Amino acid sequence: MAQRGIREYDGKRILAQNWEEYFNGDFEYDFKSILITPETDLDKIPEQYPWVKETPLVAKPDMLFGKRGKLGLIFFKKEKPGDVTWEDAKEWIKQKMSEEVEINGVKGKLTHFLVEPFVPHKPEEEYYVAMTTGEDEDIIYMSAFGGIEVEENWDKVVEVKIPITASDEEIKKLIEENVPAEIKDKEKFADFVYRLYKLFRDLHFTYLEINPLVMVGNKVYPLDFVGRVDDTAQFVVGKKWGELEFPAGFGGELSPEEKYIKEMDEKSGASLKLTILNPKGRIWTLVAGGGASVVYADTVADLGAVKELANYGEYSGNPSRAETREYVKTVFDLMTREKHPAGPKILIIGGAIANFTDVAKTFEGIIDAMKEYADKLREVGVKIYVRRGGPNYEIGLKKIKEAAEELGIPIEVYGPETHMTEIVRKALEENKVVA
Amino acid sequence: MSKPDYLLFDRNTKAIFWNLNRNAIQRMLDYDYVVGREPSVTAIVAPTTGRKFEKFFYGTKEIMIPLYKSTTDAAKDFPEADVLLNFASFRTAYNVTMEALEIPTIRTIAITAEGIPERFARIMRVKAKELGKWIIGPATVGGIAPGAFRIANTGGTIENIINSKLHRPGSVGLVTRSGGLFNELSNVIARNADGLAEGIAIGGDRYPGTDFLDHMLRYEKNPQVKFMVLLGEVGGELEYRVAEAIKDGRITKPVIAWCIGTISKYFGGEVQFGHAGAKAGAERETADAKNAALKEAGAHVPKSFNELPELINGVYEELKAEGKIPEIKEPEVPPIPADYAKLLKEGKVRKPTNFICTISDDRGEEATYCGVPISQVVERGYSIADVIGLLWFKKKFPEWSSKFIDMVIKIVADHGPAVSGAHNTKVTARAGKDLMSSIVTGILTIGPRFGGAIDGAAKYFKMAKEKGMSPDEFVAYMKNVEKIPIPGIGHRIKSTKNPDKRVELLKEFAKNNFPKTELLDYALEVEKLTTSKKENLILNVDGTIGVLLVDMFKELGYSDKEIDELINAGAFNAFFVLGRTIGFIGHYLDEKRLDMPLYRHPWDDILYDVKCDVE
Repeated sequence: MAQRGIREYDGKRILAQNWEEYFNGDFEYDFKSILITPETDLDKIPEQYPWVKETPLVAKPDMLFGKRGKLGLIFFKKEKPGDVTWEDAKEWIKQKMSEEVEINGVKGKLTHFLVEPFVPHKPEEEYYVAMTTGEDEDIIYMSAFGGIEVEENWDKVVEVKIPITASDEEIKKLIEENVPAEIKDKEKFADFVYRLYKLFRDLHFTYLEINPLVMVGNKVYPLDFVGRVDDTAQFVVGKKWGELEFPAGFGGELSPEEKYIKEMDEKSGASLKLTILNPKGRIWTLVAGGGASVVYADTVADLGAVKELANYGEYSGNPSRAETREYVKTVFDLMTREKHPAGPKILIIGGAIANFTDVAKTFEGIIDAMKEYADKLREVGVKIYVRRGGPNYEIGLKKIKEAAEELGIPIEVYGPETHMTEIVRKALEENKVVA
Repeated sequence: MSKPDYLLFDRNTKAIFWNLNRNAIQRMLDYDYVVGREPSVTAIVAPTTGRKFEKFFYGTKEIMIPLYKSTTDAAKDFPEADVLLNFASFRTAYNVTMEALEIPTIRTIAITAEGIPERFARIMRVKAKELGKWIIGPATVGGIAPGAFRIANTGGTIENIINSKLHRPGSVGLVTRSGGLFNELSNVIARNADGLAEGIAIGGDRYPGTDFLDHMLRYEKNPQVKFMVLLGEVGGELEYRVAEAIKDGRITKPVIAWCIGTISKYFGGEVQFGHAGAKAGAERETADAKNAALKEAGAHVPKSFNELPELINGVYEELKAEGKIPEIKEPEVPPIPADYAKLLKEGKVRKPTNFICTISDDRGEEATYCGVPISQVVERGYSIADVIGLLWFKKKFPEWSSKFIDMVIKIVADHGPAVSGAHNTKVTARAGKDLMSSIVTGILTIGPRFGGAIDGAAKYFKMAKEKGMSPDEFVAYMKNVEKIPIPGIGHRIKSTKNPDKRVELLKEFAKNNFPKTELLDYALEVEKLTTSKKENLILNVDGTIGVLLVDMFKELGYSDKEIDELINAGAFNAFFVLGRTIGFIGHYLDEKRLDMPLYRHPWDDILYDVKCDVE
């Protein structure tokens, strides 16, 4: 994988846990954040965090999506800012957890919330700082005009490019020279940004945004935090991250079949991926290899049949016979649930020319599944198109052809002499999916 | 030998391979053999291996490739190697690269690991550019310069390499991202044009060390390359650099380009197609936008991947018609000798064996003793004696013989520190020697005079009984013909009045448990005779064991001849050797515990009588 979004809670927790090393007494951060999940016993919170009874609170969903203020999902006032008690926050969270909401066109339920003390401050104390990665440099954004209007004030944001191999002195100088003029205590702000950048760099963040950032004296209040980290750096800085979760985006819940394959994938050394695009679709794919799977999906779409594309997925990295069988059975189960009104369903068993994978061996798993689902496949009506190359492909093609014919399932097989995606064109034309 | 700057690899390119990846290295050497060049891997870096070299095949011959602890050391010995194939894991690949970048003789580094943190990849990239070096990868199969040099596994099996004409140079320069479709494209290009002049997979990560354009600018300068094929991907902006270069004239040769991932526009950011790097962050990064930009710049862009072969064929035929592409004379390809292991698995080869084993088998899930898996030996509660039965005699002993063997082992285990074997063990241990040396000096004393009476008693009593000698005749025979005391008869202290308790126990057990004790009965008749002459000429413990073993094997179904063979093979003596070794180990450990100094025998215990015939 690569860059992954993290919860606001985790971002602040990582800040707090590494505060001493990076901010070293020169800045203070009183980390008070609670992550509420559907498993949280809300009645126990005041016991664990007595401060919720002593201070006004803010509550908001913590599920990677932004613009929560504009969506009316930041609960910080009943009548006036700063009058939200723990009881109010609790009721609000319960209420929000129970209803379905729509965020950026995706429907789903809110499950994770963040509860923090309400920090009264003046708008002019709201700064903006963000950091991101370019190719050969990192980029720091700084502004004296933070808050939800930062995009409207983007011309006030100063952008500093830090070469990736810059020394500490160079980094310090670049930041100091570029602190926006409107910031009151420039020296202090530059020092804070410099330290935050070091943390950003060392902890393999790829994006970090604090908006607004409130600084009062040497006290720091990161009122909102957005972060992404490079999850491949787990082996380098996993300890500094602590226990870090990489949640799926809002509404990204998986179907039971997708979840089953994902769990299999996590346990296996091989790669098994399945996404259901349209369960009522006519075209189903079983493709070996990540690149090839994209090309097959592309070609279905490029030839005008994207509406009928039922699934996307791949199996690669030498899955065992049993793993292949389970993967294929999951697809067969989905595709044999109902007939398609326009005619037989189309199954594309595709792949590029394998490097070293024994094609005959991987086809055995497919044949196993085919035998188990033969009745259902016949009943729904399925036409199979196969194209594959690589070690032992001749034997593999022969075996799968014989097996399908024996089971009474129509099949066509092709080797490397036929272009990889030619079976898509054939299938779509022969079955009149496209004109 | 120097080569033009635009070439990373030629027929003389030598590489250092980081990681002892046997298969990948052998595949490179197979390729070298097929294209008729000398071996391309000169050294292997394997920090955790203790060996000095590793053997590989080059054709049918075996060659040795030296192993090194560090790239720096390997490069010192092989300054002509300008390529490092970095096959280290994602944990170490960064450090390996950073070390190699500092080595002046290394110019090109291919990194195969997936999952190198982006920040590390970016630092490697910047460092390499500063130093004017080339990084291919991370997360790539590498690339190939047909007819000259193959990076590790690129191109797949040798059969595929030949089918896809990767064994000799063609006219096409290929760049792709990941290695998965590299083979496919090589195949398409071999079928629709004349094959690759060079092909590089830049890797699937977000920050490849070198990108499409870097290599395409080399291809532009390389006269062997007549046109180029670029297979891009949704995500990132690298393809725009190529479009720019076509527009501003840095690339003038025809370019055929296609970015995969056109599907993503239908599903937005919700569905992850391909690997994680292949995600469009913005409209500009979509496959459609990039295909349009490339087309606009003047590249040949098909309507879909399915039309790619036609397009390649069209450009090829056009250039050929213009006389820009010469006809290629296909080289002859020597056959690659098949691996014995592979042929054996396929049932295509056989050879006579040099050894036979009939007692145990370690080839299956679990090793077996005479067909019984070791776990069952434990689960069924087999004793040590039962294991001896399985491994020495290929039999599951009945309970009575198993118990008897157990008694024998217990009885012979030790006889104090003064006997020759124990003494030797102690002296050797005190000389500071290890367990093996010490107990071996003990075991080596076992023979005709020490511990040999079991064999002897079995042999002579058995012979006498078989020949029908009466006890009288036997005693006379031993005295007059063999001229030795009867083995197994006589004891230093024990006598008829002071019987040996061990012997009594053995006899009692045999009488109560053995189906028959014919030879023991005979030996006891002989004992009656000998003890009538002298009280201490009793059947001693060695003699009792010897004759009872004969009785035991008889009852287990062995013929007289078979028992003779067992005795001659040392099988009876083996019980003594096994049992007594327990004692020797005890004496050795005792010495180590006591930490006694070197033993020196006292002068007054030696009779010196040195009279020699020397002037």
